[in-house]
Amino acid sequence: MWSYVARRVLATLPVMGVVAVIVFLMLRLSPGDPAAIIAGDHATSEDIAQIRERLGLDRSLAEQFVWWLGQLLSGDLGTSIYLDRPVLGLILERVEPTLALSISTMTFAVALAIPMGVVAAWKAGSWIDQSIMALSVLAFSVPVFLIGYGLVIGFSLTLELLPVQGFVSLAEDPVGFARHLVLPTVALGLVYTALLARITRATMLETLNEDYIRTARAKGLAEPRVLILHALKNASVPIVTTIGTGLALLIGGVVVTESVFAVPGIGRLTIDAVLQRDYPVIQGVILVIAGVYVLVNLAIDLAYSLLDPRIRY
Amino acid sequence: MAQEPVLAVESLRVEFATGDAPPVVAVSDMSFEVHRGETLCIVGESGCGKSLTALSILRLLPRPYGRIGAGRVLLDGRDLTTVSEAEIRAVRGRAISMIFQEPMTSLNPVLTVGRQIAETVMVHEGLSWQDCMDRALEMLRQVRIPEPERRLHEYPHQLSGGMRQRVMIAMALACRPRVLLADEPTTALDVTIQAQILDLIRDLQQETGAAVVLITHDLGVVAEMAQRVLVMYAGSKVEEGSVEEIFDAPSHPYTRGLMAAMPHLGGGRGKRLNEIPGVVPALDARPPGCAFAPRCMQAVARCHAEAPPLVQIGGTHTVACWAHGQGARA
Ligand SMILES: Nc1ncnc2c1ncn2[C@@H]1O[C@H](COP(=O)(O)OP(=O)(O)OP(=O)(O)O)[C@@H](O)[C@H]1O
Ligand SMILES: [Mg+2]
Repeated sequence: MWSYVARRVLATLPVMGVVAVIVFLMLRLSPGDPAAIIAGDHATSEDIAQIRERLGLDRSLAEQFVWWLGQLLSGDLGTSIYLDRPVLGLILERVEPTLALSISTMTFAVALAIPMGVVAAWKAGSWIDQSIMALSVLAFSVPVFLIGYGLVIGFSLTLELLPVQGFVSLAEDPVGFARHLVLPTVALGLVYTALLARITRATMLETLNEDYIRTARAKGLAEPRVLILHALKNASVPIVTTIGTGLALLIGGVVVTESVFAVPGIGRLTIDAVLQRDYPVIQGVILVIAGVYVLVNLAIDLAYSLLDPRIRY
Repeated sequence: MAQEPVLAVESLRVEFATGDAPPVVAVSDMSFEVHRGETLCIVGESGCGKSLTALSILRLLPRPYGRIGAGRVLLDGRDLTTVSEAEIRAVRGRAISMIFQEPMTSLNPVLTVGRQIAETVMVHEGLSWQDCMDRALEMLRQVRIPEPERRLHEYPHQLSGGMRQRVMIAMALACRPRVLLADEPTTALDVTIQAQILDLIRDLQQETGAAVVLITHDLGVVAEMAQRVLVMYAGSKVEEGSVEEIFDAPSHPYTRGLMAAMPHLGGGRGKRLNEIPGVVPALDARPPGCAFAPRCMQAVARCHAEAPPLVQIGGTHTVACWAHGQGARA
């Protein structure tokens, strides 16, 4: 098992290498002079030269790459041009809101969707199944920002139960932290709930037709045990994949929700960096998000081997 | 036999709901009894309703459309078709166990075999998990699996087909059931493994005194295992008797057809019963008279018009054919 983990971790290194090269080339090969774009319309040629030197753009491509990679390996993602602060620090500051929102969204979706999907498959064709599936189509087809504004108008502005926007750190105020997370979590979570409920239903339907489910019933097991231990465990590989990819997408894609709810997370950082053409920040964010994707994928693979003994280490 | 049967099936009808149309009848008017220590073999071509008959005993008919349309299933005199879900669950795996045809797919791939056996014991006997695992180990020994301590912690994919069927048997017998329903337990296995599994079932039956209902389409298996034989055709019983009665005086043309199709008694294991010309009629296209009439060489006009009743033609020998009993002389 441990050698399998080690092998899988090593296998992620080439992927990260390719990402690093692409991120590097992205800035260097983008049309026009990056330094001039960064400097803006009113910059003097001295300003531009200064920026070019700061970014190392006056050296050869190979030289630049080696230098940049060296920085990267020592944990230095560069300095924000606009804010003049280290990129890594900026990202870490924004990681808490983004991670908190992504994880709470997925937890919400999993807690709701798996029981829904299991029951729908178990009672396939019944009115319960049909209503669960109808709800999931609805949740899937309403845009997130619409649900978001609807929730804000309902729960914040009208009922005044929850804050309209913003984020409070967990360390600062746990209750405020939770209260601020509720609406964005629901807004973002409904789509994932719908997706996950459908995947769960489909894989459970297939699993419930397997011979070993009949065996489990023939042994005299009660339905909850048949459904959860015997069926859900077998159906879990596609479900875990969906949860994992969902989480990765969330971390990379909370941009919309973060701007609706004014959460100062990675999404906001990215939008601001793009608007301000803060190239080092953009690079850093891409690298970090790619890293998270790779890690999540690794976690999914490791989960497979725990869930299904037939997957060889 | 003077003794009361352990299991008695009376006038059982299995049907499939089809929405608004009348249900399709898959098994009709099926009756039989099994006694302690006895083996009843149910034989018949593929699709004649053998598995459905066995599944309906445990109320495990395919969901959501399969159902028992009529009849009773008596376990020691108690009708299982009317008991609650909880009561039938308490019967499954404890008083009546079932082994299925496909050892490759009948075990759960993500649970160790030890766990799957122990679970049955835990559910029915409420012992501690350690005691249940001890029982599982003991059962693996009983079904003669080599290195049982190691196998206990292995997953089904690590075992061969024959071993998996042994595990199924261990699981089925872990709570010492009074009735074992074995639905073609050897059909999917190699010939040599088949013989070993049948020997195992017979030995364990002798030890525990269980009544066995063995479903097969292999008359070689019947000759080797059965005390009593029930021949099914298109969802109905066409002939029943002791193994001697059936082999010495097969009386239904279908039974005779099966015998003729068998190359050597006891030597034709694994051969499908498909040498009788023609095919079994589909569920919704069974003829009004005797279901076998379209394929029967001796069929007369009456056979096509009217279904023959079961009549007694010997000590325990019954047959449903117009060529026998009152029908023949009428
Ligand atoms: N879920 C189902 N829905 C509709 N018809 C079914 C279903 N299951 C079985 N049947 C039909 O019922 C009939 C009897 O099936 P059954 O499985 O009992 O046959 P069998 O005698 O066990 O055959 P085999 O030797 O192939 O196992 C078949 O004609 C089959 O098509
Ligand atoms: Mg069958």
